Amino acid sequence: MTSSKTNDRILLAVFSVLVLAGPIILAPFGAGYPDLLQKFAIYGIFAIGFNILFGLTGYLSFGHAAFLGVGSYAAVWMFKLLSMNVIPAIVFAVIVGGLFSLLIGYISLRRSGIYFSILTLAFAQMSYNLAYSVLTPITNGETGLQVTLDDPRILDGGAAGQPFSNLFGLNMIETTEVSILGMAVQFNAGFYVCAAILIGCFYISLRLFRSPFGMMLKAVKSNQNRMSYTGLNTRPYTLAAFVISGMFAGLAGGLLAAMDPLAGAERMQWTASGEVVLMTILGGAGTLLGPVLGAGLIKYFENIFSAINEGVLMDFWSFLPETLQHAVVSVSSLFVGEGWHLTLGLIFMVIVTFLPGGLIEGASRLGRLVTNRGKGENGAARPAPAPAE
Amino acid sequence: MANFTISRRGLLKTSAVAGAGLAAPMVWRRPAYAYTNEPTGSSVILGFNVPQTGAYADEGADELRAYELAVEHLNGGGDGGMLATFSSKALSGAGVNGKKVEFVTGDTQTKSDAARASAKRMIERDGASMITGGSSSGVAVAVQGLCQEMGVIFMAGLTHSNDTTGKDKKANGFRHFFNAYMSGAALAPVLKSNYGSDRKAYHLTADYTWGWTQEESIAAATEALGWQTVEKVRTPLGAGDFSQYLTPVLNSGADVLILNHYGRDMVNSLTQAVQFGLKGKQVNGKNFEIVVPLYSRLMAQGAGEAVKGIYGSTNWHWSLQDEGSKAFVKSFGQKYGFPPSQAAHTCYVQALLYADAAQRAGSFNPCDIVAALEGFEFDGMGNGPTLYRAEDHQCFKDVLVVRGKENPTSQFDLLEVVDVTPAEQVTYAPDHPMFAGGELGQCNPGA
Repeated sequence: MTSSKTNDRILLAVFSVLVLAGPIILAPFGAGYPDLLQKFAIYGIFAIGFNILFGLTGYLSFGHAAFLGVGSYAAVWMFKLLSMNVIPAIVFAVIVGGLFSLLIGYISLRRSGIYFSILTLAFAQMSYNLAYSVLTPITNGETGLQVTLDDPRILDGGAAGQPFSNLFGLNMIETTEVSILGMAVQFNAGFYVCAAILIGCFYISLRLFRSPFGMMLKAVKSNQNRMSYTGLNTRPYTLAAFVISGMFAGLAGGLLAAMDPLAGAERMQWTASGEVVLMTILGGAGTLLGPVLGAGLIKYFENIFSAINEGVLMDFWSFLPETLQHAVVSVSSLFVGEGWHLTLGLIFMVIVTFLPGGLIEGASRLGRLVTNRGKGENGAARPAPAPAE
Repeated sequence: MANFTISRRGLLKTSAVAGAGLAAPMVWRRPAYAYTNEPTGSSVILGFNVPQTGAYADEGADELRAYELAVEHLNGGGDGGMLATFSSKALSGAGVNGKKVEFVTGDTQTKSDAARASAKRMIERDGASMITGGSSSGVAVAVQGLCQEMGVIFMAGLTHSNDTTGKDKKANGFRHFFNAYMSGAALAPVLKSNYGSDRKAYHLTADYTWGWTQEESIAAATEALGWQTVEKVRTPLGAGDFSQYLTPVLNSGADVLILNHYGRDMVNSLTQAVQFGLKGKQVNGKNFEIVVPLYSRLMAQGAGEAVKGIYGSTNWHWSLQDEGSKAFVKSFGQKYGFPPSQAAHTCYVQALLYADAAQRAGSFNPCDIVAALEGFEFDGMGNGPTLYRAEDHQCFKDVLVVRGKENPTSQFDLLEVVDVTPAEQVTYAPDHPMFAGGELGQCNPGA
């Protein structure tokens, strides 16, 4: 499949505009507040990085949350020791994430398939337990590592008062509220830092997908044995992909800490590792935009759906007659609030069953339907479903 | 293979962007608030952040019930509950500062990250002026730090670790619940009178912050009685099977087992210890005993028969006969049909204390509320005369020592109060070594 440079440029430009306009686009959906916008961007980065490993090489890592967690701890330690500026924290998080993934990848990549997945899962769970209790002096255990007033912060020179993470004086929690078409839109400094980095990461991933290196990784996915028989050692390629995606995860972890200076052990739990797998598959593994979409969808559900309680539902269904309203509310309340996992599970099942290529496949099918140029349903343009393994 | 249908999707997106572009900024406005989430309308919004999923979901559900009841009472609904018995009469049931009380809820999932995310949503999107709740010290410490940064008040729910008002204390955070040190101080005299001063204790401790502070506190209190600590063993959180930790207890020469566990861990470890025949065994010529320093009625329900005769401490129990407790149990029971847990009690009281402080201060400014709560003395809330100490924002009040009932009359009647330890006995200096480190800092009004 050839893709011209122009198309890639358009894709990048459109992606950038959409991301930068995020606060405006998402405000009508109740998702335009800084914390969630930041999460969208950060988990987008995490999923993009995961997709470099899973989407390209087909190696399914179940332990990526460990790198995210390690990145967070690294960043918070930079805040505690060096400075509240986010730059050293983020850089150090990426380095630590990279080193840690080199260590784990070097061991885990000796196996492939399910054995690789189990190894990464074991390492991640081990890291989680270490962070939770054994390494408490470094991680502050279950309570989580926070910045405090009496941290040394040698570069900040003992500035008094509440420490805020900042970019050369611009506080990450700085928010300007603007009224657009009667809608309150919050432009947050931290979100734009995340957004800029997300766009950068998207560009890197775009270049990686198009590069000979990316081609090599795709070859690993389609048939690793054949590559070995032709005399190619695939290990360095897979290890490089693993480390790159570990660095993305470290970056995401660092950003999480930069937006909200706290690192907790549960960031490394296996459920968090599973979440990024869900994000990637939901959006479309092996596609460029898919992981970002999947990350957005999951975070939206986690934060917005989980907060809907019966009172909100009553308002929503208030146009119905009262008896019907109560019935509808009691049924629909199963799927919101604490039942948001149920809704997400159903959506996941539907997507995996009917759209194996994820949301991106859905979008392109929709696109084909709209532009219907007489191509048959089984035409060559139909995307091959990305296999999970 | 990755596949791209750029031109079509590009087309779609370009139109989306064009749409977004049309929605160009109309009016620019800087927030002109004096402090974070100043309520400008006719209502004030409180954020209830409780675990709705996970290991403490039962406690979270009970906390939420208590909060809803508190909001009802604050707005003049129901029978008014503890408002009638509360020593401060500032609240009249007509809202707070003339504003109707409304609330939003969030799920902490008993995870620091998720708790902070939902607290942030309530502050940034829903405009909550105060965050309260939580059923774990880790979450309480994390959310307390967040509220300090964002400039809103945090009224801690169920959190028992010394750290919450010790090394992790914050000016914007307040805790009504008691702590591990108080448990130790309250239990020690009862243990001495029942088990003597020549005992050998064996600790099994949940391996995280709360477990450690409790182990430290209880060990210090019992060693002061003359007890020996034979061994302190850490068990991983959520271990379903404790048999490998219980077997060594039998051969250690210890004659008291102290279980520093909470929630499901405590239910499992206590049940298994009883099944192992530890209770009723003879060691060193004495009866072997088990102690659970932090008790709750919900846990006693889970452990069933095993709790009989086991000592522990608790913040509050529904069988108390003072006016405040009776009023609260009555209105809670009328609304929900069963008695409230200690988690529900502390959360209800915290909501009322916040509202009362705002009413007395005549403002929702966090700094005014901090000033109104610091050093505040009150009564009629079920714990007798209580002081909110200014130095660390910890409440000082009587602590209950309870024992598992031998002959429960109902499924809720599982614990009996054997002693009420007066507040003076559990009071400590603000710079006590178990609470040292960390600073309260300045109150932060945000914005």
